[in-house]
Amino acid sequence: MANLKQLCKKEELLTGGHRLCAGCGAGAVARQVLLAASDTPIVITSATGCLEVATTIFPYTAWKVPFIHSAFENSAATCSGVETAYRSLKKQGKINKEIKFIAFGGDGGTYDIGLQSLSGAMERGHNMLYICYNNEAYMNTGIQRSGATPKGAHTTTAPAGKVKQGKEQNRKDLTAIMVAHDIPYVAQASIGYWNDFTNKVQKALATEGPAFINVIQPCRLGWAYKPENTMVLARSAVETCIWPIFEVINGEYKINMKPKEKKPVEEFMKLQGRFKHLFKPENKAILEDIQQGVDRRWAKLLKLTGEN
Amino acid sequence: MLKPTSKNGKIVAKTGNEAMAEAMRQIAPDVVAAYPITPATEVVQIFSQYVADGVVPTEYIAVESEHSAMSACIGACAAGARVMTGTSSQGLALMWEMLYIAAGLRLPIVMAEVNRALSSPINIHGDQSDTMGARDAGWIQIYSENSQEAYDNMLQATRIAEKAKLPTMVTTDGFIISHCMEVVEIQPDEEVKKFVGEYKPERYLLDIDRPYTLGSLDLQDYYFEHRLQLADAMRNASEIILEVAKDFAVQFGREYSFYEKYKLDDAEIAIVAIGSAAGTAKVIVDELRAKGVKAGLLKIRVFRPFPHKEIAKDLAHLKALAILDRADSCSGSFAPVYTDVTSAMFTHNQGKNPKTINYVYGLGGRDIALEHFREVFDRLEKIKNGGEVGEPLGYINVRK
Repeated sequence: MANLKQLCKKEELLTGGHRLCAGCGAGAVARQVLLAASDTPIVITSATGCLEVATTIFPYTAWKVPFIHSAFENSAATCSGVETAYRSLKKQGKINKEIKFIAFGGDGGTYDIGLQSLSGAMERGHNMLYICYNNEAYMNTGIQRSGATPKGAHTTTAPAGKVKQGKEQNRKDLTAIMVAHDIPYVAQASIGYWNDFTNKVQKALATEGPAFINVIQPCRLGWAYKPENTMVLARSAVETCIWPIFEVINGEYKINMKPKEKKPVEEFMKLQGRFKHLFKPENKAILEDIQQGVDRRWAKLLKLTGEN
Repeated sequence: MLKPTSKNGKIVAKTGNEAMAEAMRQIAPDVVAAYPITPATEVVQIFSQYVADGVVPTEYIAVESEHSAMSACIGACAAGARVMTGTSSQGLALMWEMLYIAAGLRLPIVMAEVNRALSSPINIHGDQSDTMGARDAGWIQIYSENSQEAYDNMLQATRIAEKAKLPTMVTTDGFIISHCMEVVEIQPDEEVKKFVGEYKPERYLLDIDRPYTLGSLDLQDYYFEHRLQLADAMRNASEIILEVAKDFAVQFGREYSFYEKYKLDDAEIAIVAIGSAAGTAKVIVDELRAKGVKAGLLKIRVFRPFPHKEIAKDLAHLKALAILDRADSCSGSFAPVYTDVTSAMFTHNQGKNPKTINYVYGLGGRDIALEHFREVFDRLEKIKNGGEVGEPLGYINVRK
């Protein structure tokens, strides 16, 4: 595992000057991944989304590694093609280097429109790492609800209004869906725990076969908070057990950060404009319901690890 | 007994699908990504057996949809591999978004496309609605009249695509060609390998020491230029297609161009057709010629790039012309081949054009028989002799 000093000495493979927002967590995801992965040559695939549009405005690119974007819903399928070309050319002796493959997709491009493409690529067993940079809504198109948006959050397509209080449904558990694919490495991470995240990226890349990491990444516009709070929120999501960080290696669950004291969900939610409406007295029941949901899922996770 | 056109050619019996799979085996692409769909399934199914038997070095990606098939082809081709796929109808429709992207990224993917009707109603039989709908996607389109052409076109497509840096689809009419056993002349493997050559991309993702970004965002300041480059590439592909055809003729003795002129040069009345129907049309042309009627045929092979100047010139001398479409554009106007041919004639022939009518035929595999061609030529003959043109758009062999 690399320490901060060692990571700082590495070349930045995602240059500054890209057009991501100040305080954007997606940029932090890409940077941490590239720092973790830079010991091996890598090829990056990206879905359409914030990360892609803000880093590749022609004639500029922030990527110092080979990068391809083709469409929104197919980062995994595109990456599977790149990886297969590599295996074919290597087998034929046309390429001899060791190369690793990383696909990025936002939560919209992964949970929703890209789910089939991801599922297919994971089932086919490509030697690739898929990273979902999860900011819990369609941020690039202006904060629309996705399958990853948590209950109660205000988005522009499931807004808080006079009769509705933001999204009415729970998010789907994509990480569990990936575990159900019986792939060798699945993890949840948070950019607030860079050490854990970079370690997971390295483990995933060292894994033979498909790997998936779902990394939570606060979005200062979509979540409506001050840009300096990105890392605070990324940690708070873990401390409240809203976004537990864990890994599932060959089906075995391991929680990587168990908070000493599990904080109430309000700690995480109160810093964000998207949950503001839930703090009205009449919405107390919704907050309680959200807390119960978090408690229930945390207990389930503990059970999966064999703990109580 | 048929004689081969080339020194080492071998006459065998193959369906259209088998002929295309045979071409793929000989080309032995680095990657094939495909999803099953009737009537194209066989092409990749036969090929996957070659992969399973280790006959080809190809890696086969059995994707979960055609959208992912084309996405994986894009990834593999961008990575530096020679890539092929096969599909039909709904499969091509599901690829739609990615067809445009493959062309925009200038990736020379080659597709074996078996023409089939589009839903709804669902129908598995042959018409050209699928590829006609994709005619503006930036793909070179080469249509085949029979299994021989399907085989020959696949061999040529690989070279054309790689030289033009444009994806290329070779089509056959579903079932009519894809499942019909015919005699086909196959070239020896080593001759095909030599003809097709090695694929050497200029830039590719796996060239790890020369990293580059593919698929970037163009704003108002660059998009138009890049699309113009694509349009220019399609225009420039014409010359490449002729070059490759010329070399093909030298190597294998079978001649190809943008289209085939069948007794056209001295004809007074003629039909323009694409695909298997051209074979039926030739029978009637011969029949009419025997009676002294100056009938002819122009069979389009290359629909994209559209050979507008050449076609306009070669049709200008006619007195009456029927343009046949195995697709309808539901535009309230005319069908796709008609609109392209007539706009070419309007542009290039300074008003000296034959009287022209359009027919839509064969949707969903509906038969077009000899008698239907006789009827079309009868009408052309009447128009030639001063009869009224009448309704310019007709439908052949359909209940009204």
